[in-house]
Amino acid sequence: MNSRLADRIATIMFWAGALIVIIILGSLIGYTIYHGGKSISWDFLTKPPQVIRAGGGIGPQIFNSFYLLFLSMAFTIPIGLLGGIYLAEYARPNRWTELVRLSIETLNSLPSIVVGLFGLLVFVNMTGWGYSLMSGAMALTVINLPLMVRITEESIRGVPGSLREASLALGANRWQTIIKVVLPSAFPGLVSGAIITSGRVFGEAAALLFTAGMSSPALDFSNWNIFDSSSPLNPFRPAETLAVHIWKVNTEGLVPDLRRVADGSAAVLILVVLGFNLAARYLGRRIYRRMSAT
Amino acid sequence: MSETQAATLRINKESIYIPERAGHPVRSFLYREMLIMRKILLHRALKLSGSEKLGRILTTGAAAIAIISTITIVFFISTKGLSAFLVDGISIKDFLFSTHWLPDRLPEDGGPQVGVLAFLIGSIVVSMLAVLLSAPLSVACAVFIAEIAPNWGQRVLQPAIEILAGIPSVVYGYVGLSVLVPFIRNNVGGLGFSVLAGFLVLTVMILPTIVSISTDSLRALPGEWKEAAYALGSTRWQAIRLVLLPAARSGIMTGIVLGLARAFGEALAVQMVIGNTRKIPTSILDPVITLTSAITMDMGNTPMGSLWNNALWSMGLLLLMMSCFFILVIRFISLKGGAAR
Repeated sequence: MNSRLADRIATIMFWAGALIVIIILGSLIGYTIYHGGKSISWDFLTKPPQVIRAGGGIGPQIFNSFYLLFLSMAFTIPIGLLGGIYLAEYARPNRWTELVRLSIETLNSLPSIVVGLFGLLVFVNMTGWGYSLMSGAMALTVINLPLMVRITEESIRGVPGSLREASLALGANRWQTIIKVVLPSAFPGLVSGAIITSGRVFGEAAALLFTAGMSSPALDFSNWNIFDSSSPLNPFRPAETLAVHIWKVNTEGLVPDLRRVADGSAAVLILVVLGFNLAARYLGRRIYRRMSAT
Repeated sequence: MSETQAATLRINKESIYIPERAGHPVRSFLYREMLIMRKILLHRALKLSGSEKLGRILTTGAAAIAIISTITIVFFISTKGLSAFLVDGISIKDFLFSTHWLPDRLPEDGGPQVGVLAFLIGSIVVSMLAVLLSAPLSVACAVFIAEIAPNWGQRVLQPAIEILAGIPSVVYGYVGLSVLVPFIRNNVGGLGFSVLAGFLVLTVMILPTIVSISTDSLRALPGEWKEAAYALGSTRWQAIRLVLLPAARSGIMTGIVLGLARAFGEALAVQMVIGNTRKIPTSILDPVITLTSAITMDMGNTPMGSLWNNALWSMGLLLLMMSCFFILVIRFISLKGGAAR
């Protein structure tokens, strides 16, 4: 009787714990989207922000976030993919592999502000790029590389060994097997991994304060000359991303409609990040189904 | 391509189709040579792209990039971080154990001093409190997902928690600032910007991390163990308490330490809600400052190379050392957990 009572109480406790966690996290998302949803409009999404007057939007910030995402993924995906292949296929259990793993673990647990400091020192000051999208993209690559490597390694390890053996038996060498057989089979996992990593890029702020900068020059969206400093495509211009904008508006904003801008930006950010995560799941599953069914 | 194929290519050199360029013998000869060269180069490129060597070089190169970036980060942060001690002659003891933070004061007014004890204590207090509250909640949630609601828990809850793990930290800071801070100011007291607000924000922020790692490690346990416990007549609570939780201990501990590391290194979410007063807090409603928030606020406003700036780099080094320490702890835990089996 006693132990049965204890079991009952424990069950209630676990239910309560799970409920609390879910309610907290659910209301966090609900609050953000509900509050911010009211201030999202086409104008808000496309207009440039105002410094002291009301009515500013977050257009350039959204563009900067996506452009930075593109730049940093252009580095993260190839390096992460190759690193993951190395760990899954080539690495032997020796000192060198141990060093690679330790490095990736270290990079993974670095606080992002430390990576930001490193970026300030190396990418901003030593290369002479200044606060720029390129410096930000490099810092984000450092942050996301370990995640990409780990996801690649896991998806490759999930590919059945029989596929590999069949390919090798047909006379393909190891690299051909990896490129033509293993990577395509691991593709669903790789796609969702890359998208989840993208979500993290979108939300990162601490590492960008001192690398991509906290300001955005006036952008001329009809100027597609990549070397012009007012062109949105110039990778060597400073760029404030959406996440940084949220921080800046909340801590040192001067606009009278500060709450509206902050609420709207947070809602957009959370919607995009949730969108990335849901897309990752959906696409991964869909590609997997299509590949395994046909 | 194999040897025989390469040989065929060599023999067929003569039979490559060359469009006639009437008239100029030299030009047609050059043209022909050019075509042959192109074919051979293409063949080489093809051979290389499928070659074992290329694969090895590329992948090893990527692995080397990971090592090189880690080493450069440690090297640069250390060099910069040590300059407060080596160049400005601050003693490590004063730096770590003094609360006098007067980096811009002239020597006649008490000298520039950069004691970071208040920052360090702020970081430790806020992150430890967050873990103390977050860990039990997360473990309860993980047990619920893995054991008590297996069917829909697995299908709905775990993906939901994983998605929540991707919420950007500025969003936590923003909600803390716009909901929690006014709530504390109106209902509990103080300014609202406080240790309380800081650690609550961090508590929520690290929940998904600890929950998902703990769930994974609970789920990785062999099912026979639970069945054996039930067969011996234990209730579900007894099975969880006496068999499952002890067996998953190292995984759960890893999750908790990772949560602690995340809380300790978080910068913006904390900076937004703690008030950033350079004093050791005496109550939970006092404003406080952490290492990360000090770096966030002052790094952009202080000239490179000044004592103030160097002290901020030393704080960065301190953060780096803490994260290395957390890695060591996790390695130790998994080593011990492996040996106990």
